[in-house]
Amino acid sequence: MATSTGWQKTDVEGGIPAWQAAREKVERAEGEVVVDCSSLRRINPKTLRGLEDLADVADIKGVKVALRGVSIEMYKVLKLVKLGSRFSFLP
Amino acid sequence: MISEKVEERARVGREKENGQTGQVPAKRTESSRAVNEKAAGLSAERIAYLEGLVRQARTAAAVFTQYTQEDVDRIVKAMVLAGLANAEHLARLAIEETKIGVLEDKVIKNMVATEFVYNYVKDKRTVGTIHEYPERGIIEVAAPIGVIFSLTPITNPTSTVLFKCIMAIKTRNAVIFSPHPSAWRCCWEAVKIMAETAVKHGAPEGVFTCLESHTLEDNAYVMRHKDVGLIDATGGPGAVKAAYSSGKPALGVGAGNTPVYLEKTADLDMAVVDIIVSKTFDNGTICASEQTVVIDDEIYDLVLEKFAGLGAHICSPKETELLGRTVIDPKTGSMSPMAVGQKATDIARMVGISVKPKTKLLVAPIEGVGREYPLSVEKLFPVLGVYRARSVAEALKVCIDVNHLGGLGHTAVIFSRNDEVIQKFGEAMNAGRIIVNSPGSIGALGGVYNDMVPTFSFGCGTGGGNSTMDNVNIYHYLNIKRMARRTPPQMWFRVPNQIYFNRNAVENIRQFPSRCTVIVTNPSMEQFGHVDIVRRYLPVGTQVHVEVIPDAEPEAKVVMQGVETLNSYKADQIIALGGGSVIDAAKVMRLMYESPSADLEELAAPFLDLRKRVIQFPTVKADRPRLIAIATTSGTGSEVTPFAVLFDKEHGRKVTLADYSLSPDVAIVDPQFVMSMPKGLTADTGIDALTHALEAAVSVFASPYTDANALQAIPLIFKYLPIAYEHPRDEEARTTMHNASCLAAMAFSNAAVGVNHALAHSFGARFHVAHGRANALMLPHVIRYNASVPTKFMPSPNQVAYVADKKYAAMADGMGLGGKTTEEKVNHLVEAIEQLLDRLAVPRSIAELGITKEEFERAMPDLVKLAFEDPSWRSNPRMPLISELVELFWKAYEGRGVVSAAGVEPQLTA
Repeated sequence: MATSTGWQKTDVEGGIPAWQAAREKVERAEGEVVVDCSSLRRINPKTLRGLEDLADVADIKGVKVALRGVSIEMYKVLKLVKLGSRFSFLP
Repeated sequence: MISEKVEERARVGREKENGQTGQVPAKRTESSRAVNEKAAGLSAERIAYLEGLVRQARTAAAVFTQYTQEDVDRIVKAMVLAGLANAEHLARLAIEETKIGVLEDKVIKNMVATEFVYNYVKDKRTVGTIHEYPERGIIEVAAPIGVIFSLTPITNPTSTVLFKCIMAIKTRNAVIFSPHPSAWRCCWEAVKIMAETAVKHGAPEGVFTCLESHTLEDNAYVMRHKDVGLIDATGGPGAVKAAYSSGKPALGVGAGNTPVYLEKTADLDMAVVDIIVSKTFDNGTICASEQTVVIDDEIYDLVLEKFAGLGAHICSPKETELLGRTVIDPKTGSMSPMAVGQKATDIARMVGISVKPKTKLLVAPIEGVGREYPLSVEKLFPVLGVYRARSVAEALKVCIDVNHLGGLGHTAVIFSRNDEVIQKFGEAMNAGRIIVNSPGSIGALGGVYNDMVPTFSFGCGTGGGNSTMDNVNIYHYLNIKRMARRTPPQMWFRVPNQIYFNRNAVENIRQFPSRCTVIVTNPSMEQFGHVDIVRRYLPVGTQVHVEVIPDAEPEAKVVMQGVETLNSYKADQIIALGGGSVIDAAKVMRLMYESPSADLEELAAPFLDLRKRVIQFPTVKADRPRLIAIATTSGTGSEVTPFAVLFDKEHGRKVTLADYSLSPDVAIVDPQFVMSMPKGLTADTGIDALTHALEAAVSVFASPYTDANALQAIPLIFKYLPIAYEHPRDEEARTTMHNASCLAAMAFSNAAVGVNHALAHSFGARFHVAHGRANALMLPHVIRYNASVPTKFMPSPNQVAYVADKKYAAMADGMGLGGKTTEEKVNHLVEAIEQLLDRLAVPRSIAELGITKEEFERAMPDLVKLAFEDPSWRSNPRMPLISELVELFWKAYEGRGVVSAAGVEPQLTA
């Protein structure tokens, strides 16, 4: 059963608390967690670290994380830091 | 450029500071293998540290890809202001740490590295689309490189860091700096100021990092790291070599040894001041600074006087010898590290030369260039070699010698007012920067004395072992992608601007005044009285000569005989009266008459695109003789085409010349000249016309203009060719066929023909079969071939899809041949052609011509070779493979099939 979470703010720095919420859901969830990124304007290094951590936790928990609403620019960033293959992507 | 020895000395010092004593310092020029082995010996902790740096930079670089032009421009401006605000602070740190150079000059360098570089980059686009060339359909899109590993030198430490930081932010790259060990603290501070300012204004964290207490092993590890995209090595030859040996894309810059030619016409006051300014700037540490000044004999003494007057010390021969022994290492022949960036007075003291207290520069006269003249090498301190040259040639030679003594690709300077000498100097020097009438060092930096790109990294090209000869700039920090839009090719539709048609069109020749006209024709035209008709309409008083040529495809010798006639009569007008052979001969006669040195063999050279051909036809003269073509057959269309076919008897082949300059000026399409055409000729030439139209219609160069002619001609030929064949005196049929032939010719003059002609040219030449008949034998097979899915498509920007089959189907529709699918329609078209050929009594196969299978098989290699060499197929919609040419030949040999009982009669539609 998939559960969803998402960033509440469009501000770059505002991604952090939302990521923490996502992490908690991943820790509690089974199956798949969908993280809504559609309000995220730009990824910054902290957000990247958060996503990497999220991917680590998901691996440990055996949970799949799907990112929704990732822009092409953000997708490119994830590919460049080799995080692209650790998530699935939803439109 | 700091020498290897200077680097060595400085690096050891740095390692001592870091408690690394006891280690034998590795030379920076050691082999890449040795460096690799050392990198492999790094501790796990060290590797984790280096990995962390690269990871941080990689993350920053990835995040940076999201930034806009406005983002980076805002950050850059803030960094530049921070750099300017800290220019003195950083200069002071550099002087304190390196003990090299002049504080005031280092401040200037820091300001140039910020303000001048900003002035250059501020309006440049470096994000997304950076250049557009609408007329070429090309857009350049900038993409960052990612992580750059940057080595910076001891001589220009903080200015180089400032410069590279600005370039990196402008181009959205992250940089890991590896400063020279003896300039580490000042560079660290410069990186810190730049990084803090950049991040404060929105740059991603980690965009600039700096290796702490690094060793060559660290450098080697980072250089080879998979996430490092580019190495930018500004430093000694060892650092540059290591960068290039890493296997990574690298910007390495080479050492210099700048020759200066002070030529007798120069403004001497300006030259002497400029040289002093440049050579003493930061105590001569800029690698582009002047090293040896070659002075013309006439001004030599005066120049030295001026140097002395402005605070230079002119060394005596003994002082020069002493200086050479001291500041240049006699073992290596390179400058002594102790002298680098030191004041002239300190060097004099070091050497034991007595000079005035404010001496700026030590000028040392030298007698030659090379190891035996120590002061002829690079000297990054205020010591200048001077040489007396007895001539321009000697001066240039000595400058070349200096250039080749360690300065290839770097910088050369000339002071002169003689443009010719300046040009010669520029051509003689192997230097990325040839500075004219201005100081070498500051001139090479760019943006101050000239409009060169401001830089702190001088590319030296392959001469210096570098990948670039440019002043390294923002464009070297970008991957520039080029989006090339499909551009519709420029097409044309060129035909003679005067075409007169229908009965008695020949009367129009009376409007063309001529002093002397040569009528080129063949015997039958005379017999039929056609020549007399033409004579009748020539303006009164025209001197006329008739040049009769044989009834056969013209050979070069026939053409040259005609040229002799033209020359002897000084003809100003040529009238070609005849079929294709006569008109072709006349075209080439005019060419050779007008341009006697033209080489027919050369002009027949193969080409792929008429506009890009290697061999150009001679330029047409304004007063060239007029060529009027009067067609006496309805097929070749030579009266309007830019082609001429000659027969090469020696090699048994046809040679095609193609150029619009061959096109006649006036075409006369008068049916009275074709009324007496025999049946066989009517059939053969008529099929030739049909082939022209069919091939032009499906050609890759087909256009609406050529289609208009081709598609008009096809149904006319289908309808009127059999009538003209069966009822030769039918004037309507003859007139229409004559016009249809001309229409088809206008089409193929501009769209060209196809593989049918390539096969027919080859076969016709080999077996002496009339061109039209050879075409007829191939035609049904070629249409089926072109209508099927190609094994290989013909590349052509003019084709947006494969349309040959659909065009054939449209032709079938146009003639009301019926059929529902494209395939059915094509089949009906082929059947209609076969029916037409049968009606014209064209043999059904090559075998029917009496050529045995064995004979044909023996000829096949030659046939295929000639067909493949023929340019005609290059406009065919389907690119023929050699095996397909063989197959087509055999199909033609075996012959066309029997027309089905449901054969269709073509209808001429409105």
